[in-house]
Amino acid sequence: MLRHWSGVIGRDRGGASFLAVLALVAIVVPVLNLAVPSSSALHLTSYGTVLIGKYLCYAMLALAVDLIWGYCGILSLGHAAFFALGGYAMGMYLMREIGPRGVYGNPILPDFMVFLNYKSLPWFWYGFNHFGFALLMVVLVPAALGLVFGWFAFRSRVTGVYFSIITQALTYALMLAFFRNNMGFGGNNGFTDFKDIVGFNLDSNRTHVALVLISAAALAVSYLVCRMIVESRAGRVIRAIRDAESRTRFLGYPVESFKLWLFVLSAIIAGIAGSLYVPQIGIINPSEFSPINSIEVVIWVAVGGRGTLYGAIAGAVLVNYAKTYFTGALPEVWLYALGALFVLVTLFLPRGIIGLVPAWSKDKPPGRNVESKADTAAVNAGR
Amino acid sequence: MLGTKLQVRKRLSSGGPWRLALLLALCVVIPLRSQSPKDAAFLVTLGQLREASYADKAGILEKLGQTGHPSIRPVFQALLEDRLFYRNSDQKVFIVKAADAVPLSLIDPITLKNAGTASPDGMTEIGVNNALRRVLQIGIARFGLSSPDASVRLDAVRQMLHSLDDSSIALLRERLPLEKNSAVKKEIATGLALAALDNSDPKARLEAVATLRDSLSQDVRNRLAALVVKNPDGTFAESDPKVRQAAADAIAHMDRWRSFYSGIETLFFGLSVGSVLVLIAIGLAITFGVMGVINMAHGELMMLGAYTTYVVQLIMPGHIGISILVAIPAAFVVAGLAGVLMERTIIRYLYGRPLETLLATFGVSLILQQGVRSIFSALNRAVITPDWMSGSLRLNDALEITYNRLYTVVFTLIIFFLLLLVLKRTRIGLDIRAVSQNRAMAKAMGIRTEWVDAMTFGLGSGIAGVAGVALSQLTNVGPNLGQDYIVDSFLVVVFGGVGNLWGSLIGGTSLGIVNQLLEPYAGAVLAKIFVLVALILFIQARPRGLFPQAGRASEDK
Amino acid sequence: MKCKSWLAVPGLLLTGMLFANVAAAQDNVIKVGILHSLSGTMAISETTLKDTILMMIAEQNKKGGLLGKKLVPVVVDPASNWPLFAEKAAELLEKDKVAVVFGCWTSVSRKSVLPVFEKDDGLLFYPVQYEGEESSRNVIYTGAAPNQQAIPAVDYLMKEVGVKRWVLEGTDYVYPRTTNKILEAYLHLKGVKPEDISINYTPFGYSDWQARVAAIKRFGSAGKKTAVVSTINGDANVPFYKELANQKISAEDIPVVAFSVGEEELSGLDTKPLVGHLAAWNYFESINTPANKAFITQWHAFIKNNKRTTNDPMEAHYIGFNLWVKAVQKAGTTSPDKVIDALPGLETPNLTGGMAKVLPNHHITKPVYIGEVRADGQFNVVWKSPGEVPGDAWSDYLPGSKDIEADWVHLKCGNYNKITKKCSGQNYK
Repeated sequence: MLRHWSGVIGRDRGGASFLAVLALVAIVVPVLNLAVPSSSALHLTSYGTVLIGKYLCYAMLALAVDLIWGYCGILSLGHAAFFALGGYAMGMYLMREIGPRGVYGNPILPDFMVFLNYKSLPWFWYGFNHFGFALLMVVLVPAALGLVFGWFAFRSRVTGVYFSIITQALTYALMLAFFRNNMGFGGNNGFTDFKDIVGFNLDSNRTHVALVLISAAALAVSYLVCRMIVESRAGRVIRAIRDAESRTRFLGYPVESFKLWLFVLSAIIAGIAGSLYVPQIGIINPSEFSPINSIEVVIWVAVGGRGTLYGAIAGAVLVNYAKTYFTGALPEVWLYALGALFVLVTLFLPRGIIGLVPAWSKDKPPGRNVESKADTAAVNAGR
Repeated sequence: MLGTKLQVRKRLSSGGPWRLALLLALCVVIPLRSQSPKDAAFLVTLGQLREASYADKAGILEKLGQTGHPSIRPVFQALLEDRLFYRNSDQKVFIVKAADAVPLSLIDPITLKNAGTASPDGMTEIGVNNALRRVLQIGIARFGLSSPDASVRLDAVRQMLHSLDDSSIALLRERLPLEKNSAVKKEIATGLALAALDNSDPKARLEAVATLRDSLSQDVRNRLAALVVKNPDGTFAESDPKVRQAAADAIAHMDRWRSFYSGIETLFFGLSVGSVLVLIAIGLAITFGVMGVINMAHGELMMLGAYTTYVVQLIMPGHIGISILVAIPAAFVVAGLAGVLMERTIIRYLYGRPLETLLATFGVSLILQQGVRSIFSALNRAVITPDWMSGSLRLNDALEITYNRLYTVVFTLIIFFLLLLVLKRTRIGLDIRAVSQNRAMAKAMGIRTEWVDAMTFGLGSGIAGVAGVALSQLTNVGPNLGQDYIVDSFLVVVFGGVGNLWGSLIGGTSLGIVNQLLEPYAGAVLAKIFVLVALILFIQARPRGLFPQAGRASEDK
Repeated sequence: MKCKSWLAVPGLLLTGMLFANVAAAQDNVIKVGILHSLSGTMAISETTLKDTILMMIAEQNKKGGLLGKKLVPVVVDPASNWPLFAEKAAELLEKDKVAVVFGCWTSVSRKSVLPVFEKDDGLLFYPVQYEGEESSRNVIYTGAAPNQQAIPAVDYLMKEVGVKRWVLEGTDYVYPRTTNKILEAYLHLKGVKPEDISINYTPFGYSDWQARVAAIKRFGSAGKKTAVVSTINGDANVPFYKELANQKISAEDIPVVAFSVGEEELSGLDTKPLVGHLAAWNYFESINTPANKAFITQWHAFIKNNKRTTNDPMEAHYIGFNLWVKAVQKAGTTSPDKVIDALPGLETPNLTGGMAKVLPNHHITKPVYIGEVRADGQFNVVWKSPGEVPGDAWSDYLPGSKDIEADWVHLKCGNYNKITKKCSGQNYK
């Protein structure tokens, strides 16, 4: 079996080079940020460190979306909801960690609760002062939502564009709910002003570097888990579901169960990505739930090249880097640049950026037409 | 004249030239002094408005009103409309024809005739605040009582009912026997009945309550409610128990009717919210439902329509009234052309890959947003509501329907049925349906499928543009207009059943009504959340929407 | 061949990421950062502020720059996205190494950049009216605190207009929530009964105002003079005012006083039906002083458009920029640490004939004006405060904040509790 798996990794050239880059990042970042002095041109500022950490979290989110979209044909236009839920869970822990160091000095209640005249902590905040509990919630809450939503949706055979739109409705409803100031989640301002995580000061460079390393590790592990799933026998069933759902069902495979478990796994990966994102960015806010965010994730995956896993990661890093670069270099007209990028990629790079590298294209399952037929079928199913 | 002078001379031959001079002087001077003492007093009081504080101005306006001068009404009207100025050089007060004209054309406040022009720099406006505007409106309303136009009289009486005082009551009493119009008569009777509630005779009060019973006005209800109020010492504001009972009955009667009308009002709100949803969705229903293209730039096409309205109003600033009617076809053309352009350059390479169209159209939406920002600036643009669309239709005292929403509902229905007509009865509609059902067959039958594709997309985009015209009357016109509506439009299309126009109509309307029914109880946010959750659950019960496409689609492989 | 093409893409990515890091070195200029949204929902309000600072920089360069060096603007677009604000702030401070930043509009954007400024010891001038409850060493608040806007407006309505019933209508976020909390406490203090106060919140971008405006109409027809205190945010104001006009609620019946509607917002509206409604600010374009006239002329020349309006946040940036220039000249350096120490106590003229002074709590003194909307989109001043009002970061009407004071000169603390004598929250160095 080990030989089987090592064979899998060996054949996955794209993935192997990706993992190599990740390892390189994991070495370069601490060195350039902590060891190289700030006067040197090679020094990586904490701005740069946080940026890399952010890209890694987004890459994980894109990976989660590619897993269900590229391999199973489930287009979720609301995946940022799971990302945000994981982020909020971590945020709740970080808020409780502030303790008496808040603006109003209340040891139990976070600042926004004091301000809104809460007398005591709402029940759903209990336990978040323990890191372990918070980690558990980071996994369980997105998983629970994914499970409930997915169970109802897949069982009713909601597919294609209908599924996509109800995921939009889901994330939109969550956004409206979390924007409400009386929900107990900080309302429009969200959570901010974090002090430390598990005792480590969130202002220090060392903590940020550590978070980058953890994000890189999480990304690598998620990648390997996803790769193992899609290369296994279960993976073949999943691809069959993408290409010909009814036929797979008639062959006797429990299609709904496969979809559900894949969806839940994807939600968990997204949630973990969100929980790593929040301590690095320093704020979590309901606009993370906004429907446009989820659409952007799908854009990253499409630009990178879906159905390859490492393509999604590349897409996430590339598009976000483009956004960072353009909003700084061309602040007045960056939307033209980004919009043009999307249009050109769709027209000329139908397999995404990854399609540019012929060496990796062998990894992709054959037949672009198969995918597009599945999409057409999915959309036609709703017409 | 010479004759008199000669006669005078003969008579005064012994008087001396002094008396002649005096008489001559009087002959010349008297015609010059054509202003009566009344005019002079009026002018003096008017002049006091220049330097007075807001508080003092109210007193001055009272004094002006009491002079009974014929110019009171035009002066008050001018002051209300910020058209009363004084000239810096000689401090004389003038009415101005239009406050934003350059140069300002002046009107003399006494003769009400043209008095020349002046540059805006040489004139200072006499300002008013809200309290003064109130005083002016009531003053003008009193004049309105004798206007030949019945609607002006009605408005005047209503204005006076807001704040009845003795002089108003006296005027109304005077007017009642002279009034011929029944609606105005009823209002006056209401006003007098309200006054009679203070009468010392309980029978008169009872009569007054009986008259007021059928009124639906909030003012009347407040006044009746004040009668049954219990004072802290146990006594009632109204001493006679029979009158109290009658008042309580009247209030209950009024409340029943008022809540009935309030229900109708909520229903109307729901219809109007729903009609907006339908309007933004039917364009999408075509591009999405008929062509399978996920058009993320749909919102921006609506934005283009809204900006077209703005541009039309810029081009024809004097004709705001018909600007909307001109803007509708203009927006259709502009958005339609944009759609056709999009289709020809980008989308036609992506048929069969609907999820790629999502990506590409998202890119186009970013470009369109930035384009509008570059051309028009990032600020919101002011789109003026034409007069025939402003204000509201007053069905009765408890039910007023705003015109812009009413026209939106009517407009939506017209567009919907037009679209249905195009699709079902015209040649191009037939072609569109043929191509969407079976492209290969349609091609074999000789239909130019590429041309039909472009036209279909153009049609859907054109409808989006027209929706933008309606939206420009209801909300901001800015680069973010599209983003506010895109999620809702997809939700409506999916709810109704992709590809089904009737589904979009019924879906959009019902979503709007449900949302508005919930709002008074749950608040705006919770109502929206509830609608979204209900939608999610609904799709799970009916995975293909309200009106699914009949038959098995090509899902089976 | 295969090996090389392997590494092409990741190699490019890595180099790109490192490149993002390298700062351009320029010693003979002073960089000024501008952190305002140029796209997204806030672009409508913030683009003008970017242009204002560009104008001030050009003016200062004409006068010979600062400390003998030219001023160079560094403009970034955080795109109304709050995490992007933090990222761009870090980019300005760490990569571009700017000496000062003028930016932010919403409280969320300010709160998300605050940790960055405090960690990197930068200096931010924040020009927008906000809810208070904050005082950071690294921020100078040139916009109004609630006691410089909301409280005087309520006083005016109570005393001059005789309002007895109040509708507090806001968008659901922290600025309206805080302001309404303060106002509610203030109204209770002045003897207004709870049943005469109606507080309501709507989501951002809310446009279906029919039901809500009808409810306001009903609330206002109870026989007592009613007014609406509106903390409705930006975009939702247009449909709100349109609906007020359509349901024929005139300013004489139920006046609406707004804190987020200025000349710029009115320029996107048809103002004829709004005549008489009120706004409370510390500056109006219609105020006739030589300084204001000169500023307006300068603005029209810079933006090449005579129809563009000026507004209160622009004046706040005007004041902030001049204060910064004075502080740099006083300290002799652009190092934020020293400039921050030099700021409290400095004064500069505002555009309405008075002086703006920096207080130890990092707020400034501002005059208060109440204006009524005119048909031409300008405001008619109907009330003016007797002098400048000093900004109070911690409202005296809220139980949690009335014991807190901010003093960066003597106490060196942003939220010092006078009762417990402890300094908590933001107390850096």
